[in-house]
Amino acid sequence: MMNRRVVITGMGWITPLGLDIEGVWKRLLAGESGIAPTTIFDARTFPTQFAAEVKGFDLKRFLGPHYEPHKLCSRNAGFALAAAEMAWRDAGLNGAPTHNPEMVGVYLGGGEGPIDFDNFVAAAIAGWDPEKRELDSIRWAQVAAERLTAVKEFEQDPNCAAGHIACRFNAQGPNFNTLTACAASTQALGEAAFLIRRGDADVMISGGAHSMIHPLGVTGFNRLTALSTRNDTCITASRPFDRTRDGFVLGEGAGILILEEFESASRRGARILAEIIGYGSTADAFRVTDMHEDGRGAIAAMRGALADARVRPDEIDYISAHGTSTEENDKVETVAIKSVFGDHARKVPISSVKSMFGHLIAGAGAVELITCLLAIRDGLIPPTINYREPDPNCDLDYVPNQSRKATVRTCLSNSFGFGGQNDTLIVRAL
Amino acid sequence: MNTATGATPVLPARRVVITGLGPITPIGIGASAFWSALLEKRSGIRRVRAFDPSQFQSQIGGEIDGLSVGDYVPKSYRKAAKIMARDIVLAVAAAHQAVTDAKLQTKCLLERGEVQGGPNLDITRFGANIGAGLICADLPELAEGLHSASAGGQFSFARWGTEGMNNLTPLWLLKFLPNMLACHVTIVHDAEGPSNTITCGEASSHLAIGEAFRTITRGAADVCICGGAESKANPMALLRQGLGRRLSRRNDTPEQACRPFAADRDGTVVSEGGGLVILEALEHAQKRGVRIYAELVGFGAGHDAYTPAQPSVPHPAGRGCAVAMRKALKDAGIAPSQVDLVASFAAGLVEHDRSEAAAIRGVLGDRAAAVPVMNVKAGIGNNGAGSGAIDFIAAVLAVHYGTIPPAFNSTPMDPACGLKVIADGPVDARVGYAVSTAYALGGGQNAALVLKRFKE
Repeated sequence: MMNRRVVITGMGWITPLGLDIEGVWKRLLAGESGIAPTTIFDARTFPTQFAAEVKGFDLKRFLGPHYEPHKLCSRNAGFALAAAEMAWRDAGLNGAPTHNPEMVGVYLGGGEGPIDFDNFVAAAIAGWDPEKRELDSIRWAQVAAERLTAVKEFEQDPNCAAGHIACRFNAQGPNFNTLTACAASTQALGEAAFLIRRGDADVMISGGAHSMIHPLGVTGFNRLTALSTRNDTCITASRPFDRTRDGFVLGEGAGILILEEFESASRRGARILAEIIGYGSTADAFRVTDMHEDGRGAIAAMRGALADARVRPDEIDYISAHGTSTEENDKVETVAIKSVFGDHARKVPISSVKSMFGHLIAGAGAVELITCLLAIRDGLIPPTINYREPDPNCDLDYVPNQSRKATVRTCLSNSFGFGGQNDTLIVRAL
Repeated sequence: MNTATGATPVLPARRVVITGLGPITPIGIGASAFWSALLEKRSGIRRVRAFDPSQFQSQIGGEIDGLSVGDYVPKSYRKAAKIMARDIVLAVAAAHQAVTDAKLQTKCLLERGEVQGGPNLDITRFGANIGAGLICADLPELAEGLHSASAGGQFSFARWGTEGMNNLTPLWLLKFLPNMLACHVTIVHDAEGPSNTITCGEASSHLAIGEAFRTITRGAADVCICGGAESKANPMALLRQGLGRRLSRRNDTPEQACRPFAADRDGTVVSEGGGLVILEALEHAQKRGVRIYAELVGFGAGHDAYTPAQPSVPHPAGRGCAVAMRKALKDAGIAPSQVDLVASFAAGLVEHDRSEAAAIRGVLGDRAAAVPVMNVKAGIGNNGAGSGAIDFIAAVLAVHYGTIPPAFNSTPMDPACGLKVIADGPVDARVGYAVSTAYALGGGQNAALVLKRFKE
């Protein structure tokens, strides 16, 4: 069986802190927050009235002459396309085709598109029979058929972003979308790397995109009491590992990376950002509502990735934490890191850029892996901002508030999905 | 992936076999009921009963009666049924069928007292890869809440935030997250190995099975439960599929409505169901001495890269499907001339069936008119993410028993398709290699799997 090396040759992102790699990286190093009162819909009576929104996004600006066939795509697919365009160019692939299109694939952790809210709600209200307390499917269908459209409905399907990207870049190879909640794009990158290792593809456009900043997304997370409700001090609401953390902050956006087989990337003289050397995937198999207290699945994912990479825990220079700013995640992730890293747990810098980006859900792992690539490139580790009060349950080095100079060769990035699916990636400087 | 010295080692490839089948379909639950129904040309398509479909263009579908989650989970887990959308129930039922069929002693079967002793597999090397759709957000519950936040038929955000949303159960979101199929299944059976959720429409099951195949081959798991499930037998899905002009309007003759490859086909029929299969490393299966249905020897995936427009149009020559098939054959190390059976996905859509037929003809070349093609949609319809798993299970059984079930609604055949679709039968045929295809009706994803008759 083939076992080829996989390198990253391009990166692109659309984030709450901006729409380009270098500008956003500077803001992350400066510890800026992308969080502000919600503008996408009227959230003024919601328990949570703020989010980390992408501002000033115009897909046309990114796609230029290629915009037309994609103009009706959903918000998250637009983010994915723009980030892919950025990554493709960053990898130097925007000239004449360099690869057999059947060996170019796409693997996204792409979220579902936001529902057509006004029209969906109009049909739901018209269809509800308050006397019988049931849905009158005849009245519902009358209004729904009048108001809902095929384009808006099908663009919500989670495989659409991956389809748009394949069409844009003529990628006729393997095309996957995973939706393992908050772990999705880390999982996508890990599995995409294996497609290249195995010889199923030479190039993979991989990462994730999501936007759950819509009325039903916020409703769902508010009902779960998973979101921070610090409406008065929202800029500092995302405070991973801090004792006063009270939930995560929804973000939105996309991160896309170009993965390439090492030999062919070298042959074409591509700039290599890092090599993907390890991937681990596990299930907690515990509860859909809670992580396993001892971090069982998280530990197994990290150990799996280390074993795959054949590196020892003390060779890891930086951990990009899942670090959601929920009571449970940050405590359990800390327990899990201690259990995997032993003495090295206290020495290795750990940070969560969710303190600045908010939580991009399916897109989170991909933007976080990009921060690892930048940390390797520049020897700078982004901080965990809003860290004020130490939590006795979270007693490691979270790179509080200030970015830090460090020699970073090997990074480990964690993503843990709601429901118990866990993924870990390890990247290393070449 | 690389050693410390940067060398590239060549790993031994492990053989992967299929040891358990768990189909949940409108014509039968479990492998034997499903297989008999296919051979007897039974149809599960009827006028929709879950709700009054009078206002919809297509009013028929494949529904599954009497499915109760309590029959498939330990007693202690029954309360979780409250947070399971129909899609999740289907997956949980399929998992129970599959592990039982494979004689795996999982947590669920042990706790239910269906098997005695302890687990007969390493749970940390027991993976899951389950395809899922965009789960319908429980329309009645949501409609009641939205209605309570409206005045004079107008929705008010102010009332939604303060009162309306509180009508939803706190765990409401968990009912329809697509990864909950895999999460519940892994919890119920204690599968702690690699876990994934593929959401690529009708291609989901094949992609999930293909990826699970790779997971075992590379040694990251010994056993994987994989496939997919979805329900389109609800108002939202029926409306959406209708908006996409995907559905048959033969409301008066539901059993004849789904007509893959027939000249007079006019769309597919919504359905609910799915299937999970147990893939297992050969040596692991042999050590347990369990029955082996067939060997999985090839996987390939491809994309049309044709048009992103929705509702999506397939590539006229079936480009993505052909890429997937050719890659899968290459992966299996066989030539197109060695294919004895094609298990087609065709769901009765005018353009998609033609596109798939073109792909099959393109790959098989001169032999296209001679190689038997099977199809099981006529009595089942299309449920979305679980459809491919049902097709795959039918293909596994065809290889195992050497029998091709009839595609009973496919005549008069569309001459443009140009395939040897087995419309009458069942027909006995020794199948050395079979290819099973699937593709998303929208989105452009395609996948193919190659099965081999098992020989030690």
